[in-house]
Amino acid sequence: MEELIEILEDIKPGVDYATEDKLIDNAILDSFSILSLVSELEDAFDIEVTPVNLVPENFNSAKALWAMVQRLQEEG
Amino acid sequence: MAYNSILFLCAFLPISLLCYQLLPKRYRWVGLLLFSYAFVLLFSGKLIVYLFITTLSVYGLALGIEKCKTQYQLARKTATDKKALKAAYVRKKRALLWIGIVLNIGILAFLKYYNFFGHNFNMVFEMFHLPDVFPQLNLLTPIGISFYSLQAVSYITDVYNDKIEADENLGRVALFLSFFPIVMEGPICRYGQIAADVYAGRPLRYRNLESGFIRLVWGLFKKIVIADRLNVLVAEIFDNHQEYGGLIIILGAIAYTYQLYMEFSGCIDMTIGIGEMFGVKIPENFRQPFFSRSASEFWRRWHITLGAFFRDYIFYPISLTKFVKNVGKKSRKRFKNHIGQVIPSAFALFGVWICNGLWHGTGWTYISYGMYYFVIILLENILEPYSIQLTNKLKINRESAWFRGLQIAKTLVIIFFGELIFRAPRMLAALSMIRSIFTDFSLSVLTDGTLLDLKFTVYDYAVCLVGLVIVLAVGIVHEKGISIRSTLNQKPYILRYCVYMLLLVGLVVFGAYSGSYTPVDPIYAGF
Repeated sequence: MEELIEILEDIKPGVDYATEDKLIDNAILDSFSILSLVSELEDAFDIEVTPVNLVPENFNSAKALWAMVQRLQEEG
Repeated sequence: MAYNSILFLCAFLPISLLCYQLLPKRYRWVGLLLFSYAFVLLFSGKLIVYLFITTLSVYGLALGIEKCKTQYQLARKTATDKKALKAAYVRKKRALLWIGIVLNIGILAFLKYYNFFGHNFNMVFEMFHLPDVFPQLNLLTPIGISFYSLQAVSYITDVYNDKIEADENLGRVALFLSFFPIVMEGPICRYGQIAADVYAGRPLRYRNLESGFIRLVWGLFKKIVIADRLNVLVAEIFDNHQEYGGLIIILGAIAYTYQLYMEFSGCIDMTIGIGEMFGVKIPENFRQPFFSRSASEFWRRWHITLGAFFRDYIFYPISLTKFVKNVGKKSRKRFKNHIGQVIPSAFALFGVWICNGLWHGTGWTYISYGMYYFVIILLENILEPYSIQLTNKLKINRESAWFRGLQIAKTLVIIFFGELIFRAPRMLAALSMIRSIFTDFSLSVLTDGTLLDLKFTVYDYAVCLVGLVIVLAVGIVHEKGISIRSTLNQKPYILRYCVYMLLLVGLVVFGAYSGSYTPVDPIYAGF
């Protein structure tokens, strides 16, 4: 989770990722930063994010992102 | 038999509603399917065969993908090399997906673009004194092919992505692709949005009929009172653009923008209203687009379902290709800032906007229209952080009314220029019209009688202006999150019927049925 927060801060600094749960709904992350984030997550956690994973529910908070990462790791 | 035709409104729609209600619940979807095919048949005749090919192909291929999935899940339990098994499974289902995409987009592309690209290639060959390679063919396109083909692609892709399960019921897939309120002009619906509703066979409800009827009448008002009337002015200016100076060209661009909006959003209102009568919730396609503060926002409010289709099925897949990801990594390392994020997305944006331009039609004006928005949106994204920095430095509140107004005005200018390119008969004409805005601009046309020499009378201007003000007022109310129909539904019968009668009288007196001008074929049905 810490690594994930670091990646998020690198891509879009100045956001309280521990509490923010509307990263997409409040347009904090735009489509460009989402795609950068995806690329970083794939490298850091050895996962493959497909278009079907690109839904607001998976990207609205650090917690939701972490859940997606874990799920994709399990699916291998 | 467009949705605004007397035949559709007074015969086809009431008869289809009556038959639907009279049929037993479990056969109502059959009635809807037969009426939908009859609707397509009336427009397209034997070209309905293309709809059959699309329906059967995506139905079969989606079932094939589902079968692969089941086999994979079974084999996974006992497999030792799960990675290899998964790779084989993905290869197999991807092949089926691509057959579906290539077949359906191939038919669409061939029917719509063969003659255009063939002609352009022949012109290149002629430059080198070579004979023509692509003979011009008499190709006819069935009604709604641009809409149902995208729905078909979304269906099979959603099955591939495990978003939905393949439907074993051919009738439901057929109805999803041909449902008559959406088959002509969209919106582009996803299987998960309407398939269950159209198949459910719910009985007609008075509330739905009344609410749907008022939405239908509202759409008719926009289409036949404003859009069809504006068409007279627009056709005069665009067809004879050489005769007019810059100010009249600007008037033409503005008039066409509102004609297109009233036309298309009006047809969508009718579609949503008809769907509501049958108890089917059709997704919204417009959300007050002229209140947008940027071109990107405009495209999230205008033709929403097309934008969402391009985002989900073109932008994301291109962005997630290995090539684009690698470009992204390199550019982020090289630039370490916002630019580094924008560069890889430019590839995906290019794909989206070239497809957007081509989807709208064949011709360099449409391709240029797509490229115009590609450049504008890319620039908007590149400049956004700098614009925020600048306003912060100048201590400008970006949420203040005047700044928002400025952003809306800037976006309107972008939209008007875009629609000028879109409507121009040829690319050279578009360039000539843009040139005249900057080189032949004179305010004297406001007073020398030119405005009344455009086959548009004072009465026409007045009706259009009042109509636009009414639509604007409704838009402002909707923008505040208030639903006028819901509010109206809570009022007493007498008041509601007075409003309905007023709208109907308005349609008859001021609409295209009054005889001073003729109804125009739905513009988007031609795409």
